[in-house]
Amino acid sequence: MSAATARATNTDFVLAVEGLTVSFEGFKAVDDLSFYVDEKEIRVIIGPNGAGKTTVLDLICGRTKATEGSVKFRNKELTTLNEHEIVRAGVGRKFQTPSIYEDLTVFENLELCYPRGRNVFGALFFKRDQKVINKVRETAEMVNLLDQIEDSADLLSHGKKQWLEIGMLLIQDPALLMLDEPVAGMSVTERQQTAELLRRITADRSVIVIEHDMQFVAEIADHVTVMHQGKILAEGTAEKVKQDPKVIEVYLGH
Amino acid sequence: MSNFSLSNLMTRQDVLGFVVLALILLVVLPLSLDVMRLNQVGKYLSFAFVTVGLVLCWGYGGILSLGQGVFYGLGGYALAMFLKLEASSPENTSIQSTPGIPDFMDWNQITELPWLWEPFHSFGFSLLAILLVPTVLAYLIGFAMFKRRVSGVYFAIITQAISSILTILIIGQQGYTGGVNGITDLQTLMGWSIRTDYASYVFYFVGVALLFVCLFIAQFITKSKLGRILVAMRGQEDRVRFSGYDVANFKIFVFCVGAAFAAVGGAMFTLQEKFMSPSFVGIVPSIEMVIFCAVGGRLSILGAVYGALLVNVFRTVLGESFPELWLFAMGLLFVGVVLAFPDGLAGVYQKYAAPTVDRFLDKAPLFRRWPSSTSHSEPIKAS
Amino acid sequence: MFSDYSATELGSIFAMQGFAGLILFAVFLLMALGLAIIFGQMGVINMAHGEFMILGAYITYLTSNVFADYFPALFGGYFFVAMVLAFLAAAALGALVEWTVIRRLYHRPLDTLLATWGLSLLMQQSYRSIFGAREVGVEVPDWMAGSFQVTDFVELPVNGLFVMCIAVAVTLAVYLLMFRSSWGSRVRAVVQNRPMAGAVGINTAKMDRMTFALGCGIAGIAGSAFTMIGSTGPSAGQDYIVDTFLVVVFGGAASILGTVASAFSISQAQSTMEFFLGGSMAKVLTLLTVVIILMFRPQGLFTLKVRK
Repeated sequence: MSAATARATNTDFVLAVEGLTVSFEGFKAVDDLSFYVDEKEIRVIIGPNGAGKTTVLDLICGRTKATEGSVKFRNKELTTLNEHEIVRAGVGRKFQTPSIYEDLTVFENLELCYPRGRNVFGALFFKRDQKVINKVRETAEMVNLLDQIEDSADLLSHGKKQWLEIGMLLIQDPALLMLDEPVAGMSVTERQQTAELLRRITADRSVIVIEHDMQFVAEIADHVTVMHQGKILAEGTAEKVKQDPKVIEVYLGH
Repeated sequence: MSNFSLSNLMTRQDVLGFVVLALILLVVLPLSLDVMRLNQVGKYLSFAFVTVGLVLCWGYGGILSLGQGVFYGLGGYALAMFLKLEASSPENTSIQSTPGIPDFMDWNQITELPWLWEPFHSFGFSLLAILLVPTVLAYLIGFAMFKRRVSGVYFAIITQAISSILTILIIGQQGYTGGVNGITDLQTLMGWSIRTDYASYVFYFVGVALLFVCLFIAQFITKSKLGRILVAMRGQEDRVRFSGYDVANFKIFVFCVGAAFAAVGGAMFTLQEKFMSPSFVGIVPSIEMVIFCAVGGRLSILGAVYGALLVNVFRTVLGESFPELWLFAMGLLFVGVVLAFPDGLAGVYQKYAAPTVDRFLDKAPLFRRWPSSTSHSEPIKAS
Repeated sequence: MFSDYSATELGSIFAMQGFAGLILFAVFLLMALGLAIIFGQMGVINMAHGEFMILGAYITYLTSNVFADYFPALFGGYFFVAMVLAFLAAAALGALVEWTVIRRLYHRPLDTLLATWGLSLLMQQSYRSIFGAREVGVEVPDWMAGSFQVTDFVELPVNGLFVMCIAVAVTLAVYLLMFRSSWGSRVRAVVQNRPMAGAVGINTAKMDRMTFALGCGIAGIAGSAFTMIGSTGPSAGQDYIVDTFLVVVFGGAASILGTVASAFSISQAQSTMEFFLGGSMAKVLTLLTVVIILMFRPQGLFTLKVRK
């Protein structure tokens, strides 16, 4: 790790990934990957199944430990931190399948993600004051769940669970938001509403999105990174990568 | 501090539950049972401390500990050591070859009080040890396990191994621990005989009072954000990390609380039964306490008290008339509760009785305006 | 602690204790194999595993009595019949238990632990009611009773060697079954992806039942072996369950090689320390060591690193 870490220098980027590698029993799921994300940039990662897209997000947010390389968030090394420390540094992650607290209500789900009282005693003596309530209701409104704020989260439809999870991220107010297939499994209307929601919430932060829907990608992306077999195949604007012959061959062609 | 008002801490059903339990334990049972039976109830209640802790660890936190007997035993032994030293004054033990040390040490040719026993001459130290020794041990185990993300069945098996280790140690080192018989023949507490009827009554009420202290602490924890984090962790441990929480710390905390409760229960057992032995430390008692909790309802702190009481009453009744049936009954209880009533008695109450009780409370003058839920997402009106 | 003994004495002590450890190893291994299949492949905690072993031991005891009473001429061979019967009885009971209890609890692993504990109480009390509380022993056939004199100090009992052979044979059979047969690959398919295995036409419910039955059946064989080295009582199985679980967890569930290595190291450590420290301290130290190692390597000694 030391060689790669030495290579990583301080930058103006929000996120600087350099030489990132992870291998599972010799199989390199992510192989010497480097890319940079600007302030307020929306970066979309595309690629065929098994290209290592989700693994990259796992590596950034600390769910999987890197074998080699460096991930710097605002020049802070993340590869040595635990998941909760990375979250507290300002990185939020949405999972592919909606991952919410089904035994709690919508309100409690959002409240739990409110960034205060995060240690044991802070949580024990956490006070549900007006500020918290207002913030939770405001967030619920933003993700169209105000009507169902008292409902148990397991009663929500699939699409609304996705929104709730986005809301849970918003209330954390992360500087870098990572979304893994945010519109997968949604109806057409829900898709449009989600796209609209994403446009609103991405305005003042950097975002990394994994997505398959090329139309959706073209709509939101500043930059697109195409991954294949753990490596970067192409990078650039949506228009540019769409015309890249290598990309057409491995991904868009079929 | 509107957040900490009683109506945020308890729903009206909770209040009713606490009042009913207090009436049963403080009025009905003392008035209807003779002192010997009441003393037995006191013994059963000492297990309730463990089961309430298990509700927090297992029901809320999803951490199944099969080693709660360790903490119960350590709490009990800490007090028993103090009482034993008091019972082993040089005058009382003048016939021994070494007067002034506990009788079992003398039998095992030990001629000097081991250093580990020395501080237990002090009552203050012993009280501290009751709480601190088990809690610190729980902290160490919890830290080692949860920081390494050992959980689920692995944690259960390792706690079981630990209770096995402690039992073997206690039995093996009989010169220092009293061995398989435990520490017996406890007589007085600060010169005051613990073997009178009066003492039995006092210990019973002290036990009930301490149990209510634990119940209130548990209620506070379950209704706090920490309680909701535990519930969240049980289903989606990974997600809780990504909400910015260090999951291990919450598990360690709740495991320590469970251990401290169990230790108080163990000490109350020693007071009321006048002995402590390894048969309350090992694998079997530890897992039995889990089933008391499951019978009462793993998600209900009040249910856990009833679980401990009822299973033990049942055992006593059955054990007095058909001792050979007890293991069958216990076995069936394990299988049946898990298969048919995973939420225990409290679950049955919630499903069948609670709606009726709620309608009744709507009419009751005392309770009518008490909220039926503690979750207020509406802005709280300044009052 | 070694200074009291001469070098040759020490050598013999280690050899003798090592061999005693090998018998313990055989029982651990047989117990752990069944448990590893059930836990490693199905994620089910079978706390009644020791009682399944004891069932095998009682079956062996009954068979030896039947042979002694009705076929005294064939007594020398009763053990082989007993082993087969022990396997069948334990497997049949296992299938019944899976069908009535376990299959309802696959998504609640901690609850299987409680339910099977209840089951173990039921089984223990049944044994007590049927066979009495006293421990029973079997008569060892003549050909197994002797021992080989290796040196002046070291002698190896035949029954111990025999038990080890059984353990090795069963291990080999399990390995072949799990990793070289189509049945084994179906079992492993169910473990890795239940819905997918169902989708390609594997009857997952039946696989579960057969896997559980196989695990219990091997415990039955362990029971047969157990009668050669100890006496059988209603609650004798309970003494083994925690140790066996540690063997499985220590070895890394789902790895047969791991189970073998872990059963070997734990039994050898315990047996050798037993001579110098006495039984209880040896057990404490062994358990403590395993617990501490597991804290640093919770996934066990022999597991692959895979993407979750």
